[in-house]
Amino acid sequence: MMAIAFLLQTLRIAVPYLLAAAGGVLSERVGVIALGLEGLMLSGAFGAALGAYYGDSAWAGLAGALAAGAVMTTILAVATLRFRANQVVVGVAINLIVVAGTRYFLRLIFDSSSNSPRVAGFGGEGVGNAMLASFTNPVVWIGLVTLPALGWVLYRTPFGLRVRAIGEKPEAAASLGVNVMRLRVLGLYIAGAMAALGGAYLALDQHQFTDGMTAGRGFIALAAVIFGRWQPARVAVACLLFAAAETLQIQLQGAQLVPSQFVEMIPYVLTIIALAGLVGRSTAPAALGKTE
Amino acid sequence: MSGSSTSGASGSASLSATTLRALEAVLPPIVALCIAAVIGDLLILSFGESPAAVYALLIKGTWGNPYGIGQVLYKTTTLTCTGLAFALAGRAGLFNVGAEGQLAAGGFGAALLGLSLPAGMPGLLAVPLCVMAAMLTGAGVGAVPGVLRARFGASEVIVTIMLNFIVLALLNWVVSTHLHLPETLRTPDIHAGTLPRLADWFSVFSGSAANAVLLLALAAAAASWWWLFRTRSGYELRAVGLQPDAAEYGGVHVPRVMWTSMALSGALAGLGGVNFVLGYKGYYEDGFAGGAGFLGIAVALVGRNHPFGIVLSALLFATLSQGGLAVNAIVPKQLTDILTAVVILSVATAVPEVQRQLRAAAASTMAALTRAQQTSGGRAS
Repeated sequence: MMAIAFLLQTLRIAVPYLLAAAGGVLSERVGVIALGLEGLMLSGAFGAALGAYYGDSAWAGLAGALAAGAVMTTILAVATLRFRANQVVVGVAINLIVVAGTRYFLRLIFDSSSNSPRVAGFGGEGVGNAMLASFTNPVVWIGLVTLPALGWVLYRTPFGLRVRAIGEKPEAAASLGVNVMRLRVLGLYIAGAMAALGGAYLALDQHQFTDGMTAGRGFIALAAVIFGRWQPARVAVACLLFAAAETLQIQLQGAQLVPSQFVEMIPYVLTIIALAGLVGRSTAPAALGKTE
Repeated sequence: MSGSSTSGASGSASLSATTLRALEAVLPPIVALCIAAVIGDLLILSFGESPAAVYALLIKGTWGNPYGIGQVLYKTTTLTCTGLAFALAGRAGLFNVGAEGQLAAGGFGAALLGLSLPAGMPGLLAVPLCVMAAMLTGAGVGAVPGVLRARFGASEVIVTIMLNFIVLALLNWVVSTHLHLPETLRTPDIHAGTLPRLADWFSVFSGSAANAVLLLALAAAAASWWWLFRTRSGYELRAVGLQPDAAEYGGVHVPRVMWTSMALSGALAGLGGVNFVLGYKGYYEDGFAGGAGFLGIAVALVGRNHPFGIVLSALLFATLSQGGLAVNAIVPKQLTDILTAVVILSVATAVPEVQRQLRAAAASTMAALTRAQQTSGGRAS
């Protein structure tokens, strides 16, 4: 019973990581460094709260999240693809804009500096167990199928072949008649939508937006992308691993065997180890960051 | 005939090259500020306030009184350090996104040494030791991604971001469990001595946090400039940044340049921590970095990675940051944070665009010159 509870809790916690990491894989596969994941997620969370507040339904919340994600993706796409700005700098700027922007609009719209009022979420009424109630949330299921679906698309469809091609050898893809720019823009918008859904999950699950509620999850998702070597199946495993560590931390909080700060570090330390090549060489898509 | 016309053409070409460089340096920040101003106006209007009133308040609260000026100079100090940190690594072609962690680590290093020095030690000895401790701690944190990049090819962008989280969590753990005053997240007061405040010299600044670390930061900017542009190792660093392969063939030990530049970069960020710990509060407090490390990226970007440009752009961002507090009564202070991010984004997009446009213009000018030369030459013969 403990084991099942642990597993369910891990899956629930993994949802935002899985969604954002799927976005990260796609974004980096089409050649754009996914440093802005944190910002995209947070914008999705804010959009979800706005949508759910005004539309008074969780589905409106999802629409709001997608709209907010699309706005931020447009900025990202225009800066990196049209103006060929440095992607690291743009990613950092996107994160700053969203952190400051959500605070600004939180005060403008809700007249609060810390959180939105309570908004609609996906019910779960009639399900006695709080843990099981989470699984009535469709975003959970979207999260659980997204990475496997992305893996299937990448390796089993012509679209996926093209995406992989523009990530490795855009010139070759272009010479075969692939519209590289259009595919990159499309890929970025899908990636942005996934990351925004990851943020929406947080806001709808907690029935409100709180300032900075993504709390580094975008960076952990990016860590999972690198740790999983840009391959959806491995990335999913990395996300589940990080989520399991977080679940363990929550369960151990009372016991205080290991300081929580050290548990927090796990994904970051693992990423550095992965990057240093100690668990096998990780090679980024060749065209990553070079969208000239 | 042909000789004189060639020298005439190259004369005007070298003139246009100088103008080109000047325009490339000056135009992007101007474009960025204009975009930021427009977006700022829209945001202020969305809050139902008048932009003119908000900007007037911003100026009045920053450069309009000695306390405001002192606070701006205090923030300029930290931002100069983190801006230099980003720029130094940037000149070597590396992205140091880790100034936030290096800044905090530096401040902690200074505090830790300050707390362990004997209480009777004269400040004249203790303070320089603490400054060195800060720079060494920062350098240590900066060297890690440098070494990993040089040795394993690990992306320094990701490693520095991950290290930020690790360092901040580690410091939070040390301070919250071992080194704090009860009910706080700060260390006890350091007895090692403090650096003089600006207010100690000029009483009009009383109350503001500006202190002598400003002079250290300015000296660091001057030293960085001298080192980058007047020494052999500085030249090697820039060579690696421009063309690592060519530098390698030219006899530069590229891996060593990578990790030393990251270590130096970390040392500069660490110096920024002194501003808070020894210059202002006299203790280390968890979370004091507060984004100043990330803001350093913006500072370096607008300052075009040039030490003197960075001092000026640090002044600009410090003004925005302090200005946010000044206008907070009528619009949320995050307004100026958004403007900061907009400036980063616009500079990042304006720089390559302006370069492209200017080069295209220069190329067409050159082509026109050559054509004119050919027709005049043809007529003469």
